[in-house]
Amino acid sequence: MQAETFYYDNKIVRNFTVATIVWGVIGLLVGLWIAFSLVYPEMNLASWLSFGRLRALHTNGAIFAFVGNAIFAGIYYSLQRLLKTRMASDLLGKIHFWGWQLIIVSAVITLPLGLTSSKEYAELEWPIDIAITLIWVVFGVNMFWTILKRRERHLYVAIWFYIATFVTVAVLHIVNNLELPVSAFKSYSIFAGVQDALVQWWYGHNAVAFFLTTPVLGLMYYFVPKAANRPVYSYRLSIIHFWALIFLYIWAGPHHLLYTSLPDWAQSLGTVFSIMLIFPSWGGMINGLLTLRGAWDKVRDSAILKFFVVAITAYGMSTLEGPLLSLKSFNAIAHYTDWIPAHVHIGTLGWNGFMIFGMIYYLMPRIYKTSLFSEKLANAHFWIATTGILFWALPMYVSGWTQSLMWKEFNPDGTLVYGNFLETVTQLIPLYFTRAIGGTLYITGMIIMVVNIIRTVKTGKLVAEEEASALPLSSTEYKKKKGEHWHRVIERRPVQLMIFSIVAILIGGIIEIIPTIMVKSNVPTISSVMPYTALELEGRDLYIREGCNACHSQMIRPFRSEVARYGEYSKAGEFVYDHPFLWGSKRTGPDLHREGGKYPHSWHYNHMLDPTSMSPGSIMPAYKWLYTSDLNTEYTTKKLEAMVTLGVPYSADYIANAEMHLMAQAEEIAAELESQLSDVEVSPQEEIIALIAYLQRLGIDIKGNPSNHTEATVAGKITAEK
Amino acid sequence: METIDGVSIYPILSFLIFFTLFVGAVTYILLKDRKSIEEISLLPLDNDKEISHEETK
Repeated sequence: MQAETFYYDNKIVRNFTVATIVWGVIGLLVGLWIAFSLVYPEMNLASWLSFGRLRALHTNGAIFAFVGNAIFAGIYYSLQRLLKTRMASDLLGKIHFWGWQLIIVSAVITLPLGLTSSKEYAELEWPIDIAITLIWVVFGVNMFWTILKRRERHLYVAIWFYIATFVTVAVLHIVNNLELPVSAFKSYSIFAGVQDALVQWWYGHNAVAFFLTTPVLGLMYYFVPKAANRPVYSYRLSIIHFWALIFLYIWAGPHHLLYTSLPDWAQSLGTVFSIMLIFPSWGGMINGLLTLRGAWDKVRDSAILKFFVVAITAYGMSTLEGPLLSLKSFNAIAHYTDWIPAHVHIGTLGWNGFMIFGMIYYLMPRIYKTSLFSEKLANAHFWIATTGILFWALPMYVSGWTQSLMWKEFNPDGTLVYGNFLETVTQLIPLYFTRAIGGTLYITGMIIMVVNIIRTVKTGKLVAEEEASALPLSSTEYKKKKGEHWHRVIERRPVQLMIFSIVAILIGGIIEIIPTIMVKSNVPTISSVMPYTALELEGRDLYIREGCNACHSQMIRPFRSEVARYGEYSKAGEFVYDHPFLWGSKRTGPDLHREGGKYPHSWHYNHMLDPTSMSPGSIMPAYKWLYTSDLNTEYTTKKLEAMVTLGVPYSADYIANAEMHLMAQAEEIAAELESQLSDVEVSPQEEIIALIAYLQRLGIDIKGNPSNHTEATVAGKITAEK
Repeated sequence: METIDGVSIYPILSFLIFFTLFVGAVTYILLKDRKSIEEISLLPLDNDKEISHEETK
């Protein structure tokens, strides 16, 4: 047999790497902007610069633009070399690359405009979701086709991780983005309330698992051995922890919903599986770190290895902290506080960021056939960025504990010490400032990397086609050896490997999601809970548009401190018409689930226009644009009809007269506002009226008094059967 | 599925499926001979020592 000569495609690797760097800087600068805007709320200059809208741009940018492009760069580089073949299709590679960048651009445009589904890390609306699906399939086809054309029969463990990533992300993306479109960029989740929460966090946690962890573990299994020039510590361990990881991870989603109205059995599953997850995760960490056993001296002289060591260590810390946060006792303290972002950013800045930096420093000089311009600058990047991580995370731990303990503190007479939520926020401002400095340091390190890489590239020339040669696989059928274990057979058959991976990951999702959806007793019905009126529904959509759920939760936990502060704890049955759910993840501001009726309309009117007028020292943005824009009711009827399709019982009569009902309620609110405020003309068409209507509806249904607005008949007419 | 009674059969079933497959995978990898393990773990590194991938263990 003759060795075949072929060429690795380095151009696609270069393109994805450049995209990684560009979007990484942009995505993290957005993060820096919003971090500073918590200290200087004046930075919420316009609707498209407000925290609520930009937060999603930062998360999507960091996850899909920065890490996304990086994992593609690493996969395209390592896959070709591990399989000793070029990518099967240059054209699919180009479509993948440009398609992905177009998706990112569409996010940059739509998210600041408030075109969002509100579901975390899945905010992009339905047309973009379809585009993501198509491009993801293009990626998968190219990857599998390349695997089938390989010249190396054995699939090295990194490739297993890539396959699991492809398969699982596809499932997660499709299921969590099942939504009914209402207009070009507006849709409603087909799930509601508790079910939607569970689907969302099954997705959200597994976005972490299968977009931020498994592909990066795959990259670790390739680039760390390459950089250290030694094989991985234990290949056996890598196989064992692979299967355990992809099976266990799927079940962990409910740990985002502890002490909420999610059924207890689902919460328990989430906790237990999260604890079990320590073992496969640490298997990965051990494998990565011990690859350097006996060669630690290399780390001293290599910026790349420094980045990898800190990355893997951060991975180990995160994967111990995460499971611990999944224990209810820890979660009771941590949930809704800054402890959670602290945990997140150890993983994102430490594990993801540093693995990516190490990879970039490794492969860019190689594909440009040159050496890194300055090892000194790379080391400077390392130290500055590491310091950045510390300045980011440590203040946020302190912030989380401070806030949580303040929320829970009682006077001897049983009243809350810090009854005004704002008191717990103002304490945190210096910590938010320090965190922003940490982010500044981290980005400074990235800028140093940009300079270093540009100068490196200038000293070299891209080897777009890198020559290699290898023997083709034998054309005869590989003969099954006597006594060969069945698993060995799978290893040679990537399609079967893919199918088994699919089965492994589907089990956890199906077990948790289907009973929650199908078993009626999971969500006890509350007869007094009714659908939102047309005006309230429009107000809810404004809440979604402005990203209010980024700072406000709508889920009161059954703790004495929360009941004392917010009112009756939240019941599952209250959320049955919430498409999508808006439980939120964070309390930069107070929980709003029982906000209805707490304050007069005028309080909200003044507060949204200038929060500091009602809450001195508030860091909330001023939503001035809600007063100068008229509510768009073009789609109100369509929205109600979509809700009916999703199971919300609006009567045909109500929908036919929706516009009338909406205006009647708006006029009532506007009239009341004019009587409460002096010298202010309030038009019922202002968007703020709809938002006030929604806020005043929150949580009042179970109080037995069906109308805090005098349109009592609306409640009577609203449902088809009652 | 109208009530939650008896739903525990599903997680038990899934655990059994996973456990069986997992034990199988672990058995396989622990029984695998050292030479083939070494060969596979060296795949990322530049090594010209093998020409043919057919004649294995």
